[in-house]
Amino acid sequence: MAELLGFPPQVLFGQLLIGLINGSFYALLSLGLAIIFGLLNIINFAHGAQYMLGAFVAWLGLNFLGVNYWVSLLLAPLVVAAIGIALEKTMLRRLYKEDHLYGLLLTFGLALIIEGSFIHFFGVSGQPYSVPQALTGGNNLGFMFLPTYRAWIIVASLIICFGTWYMIERTKLGSYLRAGTENPQLLQAFGINVPLLITLTYGYGVALAAFAGVLAAPIYSVSPVMGSNLLIVVFAVVVIGGMGSIMGAIVTGLLMGLIEGLTKVFYPEASTTVIFLVMIIVLLVRPAGLFGKEA
Amino acid sequence: MNAEVKMASESTNEHKKGTEQLRIADLHAFYGESHILHGIDMKVNRGELVTLLGRNGSGRSTTLKSIMNMVGKRTGSIMINGNETVGMPAHQIAHLGVGFCPEERGIFSSLNVEENLMLPPTVRSGGMSLDEIYEMFPNLYERRMSQGTRLSGGEQQMLAMARILRTGANLLLLDEITEGLAPVIVQTLGEVLLKLKDKGLTIVLVEQNFRFAAPLADRHYLMEHGSIVEEIASHELEEKMDLLNTYLGV
Repeated sequence: MAELLGFPPQVLFGQLLIGLINGSFYALLSLGLAIIFGLLNIINFAHGAQYMLGAFVAWLGLNFLGVNYWVSLLLAPLVVAAIGIALEKTMLRRLYKEDHLYGLLLTFGLALIIEGSFIHFFGVSGQPYSVPQALTGGNNLGFMFLPTYRAWIIVASLIICFGTWYMIERTKLGSYLRAGTENPQLLQAFGINVPLLITLTYGYGVALAAFAGVLAAPIYSVSPVMGSNLLIVVFAVVVIGGMGSIMGAIVTGLLMGLIEGLTKVFYPEASTTVIFLVMIIVLLVRPAGLFGKEA
Repeated sequence: MNAEVKMASESTNEHKKGTEQLRIADLHAFYGESHILHGIDMKVNRGELVTLLGRNGSGRSTTLKSIMNMVGKRTGSIMINGNETVGMPAHQIAHLGVGFCPEERGIFSSLNVEENLMLPPTVRSGGMSLDEIYEMFPNLYERRMSQGTRLSGGEQQMLAMARILRTGANLLLLDEITEGLAPVIVQTLGEVLLKLKDKGLTIVLVEQNFRFAAPLADRHYLMEHGSIVEEIASHELEEKMDLLNTYLGV
């Protein structure tokens, strides 16, 4: 078969697909982080653990209660969001007036506790979660083979990401969120229940992480450390996109996945570091991030 | 006429409910450790335009922010339309019919003009419609899709005012609305205030520009070091000019 840039097209497109899938997860996770950071001023280090919780709720649901994938896709984010809301109401709420560092330490500690307890009960080796019947198989596109489930991940995460973007940038509810991110005190003086808005926003950000966790369950194994492995990269994505920028988080997430995929083809040794290289360059050239507003 | 209303309101309790919109008693306010307001007592009747005069740092803006529960801590009593609001969460206060226009104007840069305008929820019926607002402030209509903070200072001030007129609030707290604006725009704002007064709205105005405030106001409270040192009705202005000069240096 003909070669493309010196590589067989299957290799190139295969890696691009993997990159796009990773990018979908980066986008979903960094979007949640961006929303939470914007309104709460909290760097949510528990995000990886909440992603993992989403996957585990789906796995536990399937194996102990017979809850299928489709129900889990809806239910797991709700369950994990409820846990997140309890967390916000009992602990995070006390830290908004403190330095960023306190929120970071609290959520980091919580992530360690959650992951530690799951490792205690389930070990670090992953649990399998099978692809739902409707999404098995795949299509041969001629230049590559596209497994249906992988296509579904990309479609589902794009729908959720751009749906979220639309909600924030184009609706009344979103205008409350944007205004609250800028000046919560004035928004509250106008008669908006800002504490409630904050709680719901944290719940939504956490639900996005859990949704990504359920999406990930069938292709990555369900393991207590699945989140912490991913989270460091996701933080780099948030920094590259610009702290708190919604579109920045989505686009940068997808873009970084693709760059990572391409690097795997052309220079595999750098594939795990390329995102951090990009982060360094972006920080040097545009300290506020690609989509961030210069302060 | 103003004095009559005041006397009437003091004479019978029933009458009081009808005319008294804001009553502050022994209000103390704190930012962290700093004690800013030292026992404010004031009262504003329905339909009155009252100013808070004083130098920078005398506690005028803090008084407005205290009414909105935007300071660290406050004690004393703030009755709005007969409801005690000390101890009320900040977001419930607006729903008693209060509209606040902050000194820094508070236009949201991530919202366009129309989104800024539509942001505060309606707190009472009888607010101005979007059409009426655009009629009163034609510039805002032309720039309704612009980013809020791209407007000129004067337009931003119009937007900050228009925003609370839409909500139907009948007690307006306006902080330094003429600050840094061109004389033409200051004049327009004066006309707007007169229109609002004609509509029967109650206005508390914090104002540095005494010449702007004097002809509009029914009464003035003079503040110094977080206390009210003098209450001056508009007809007493002439005789108390010396006192004002001492406190304001006008």
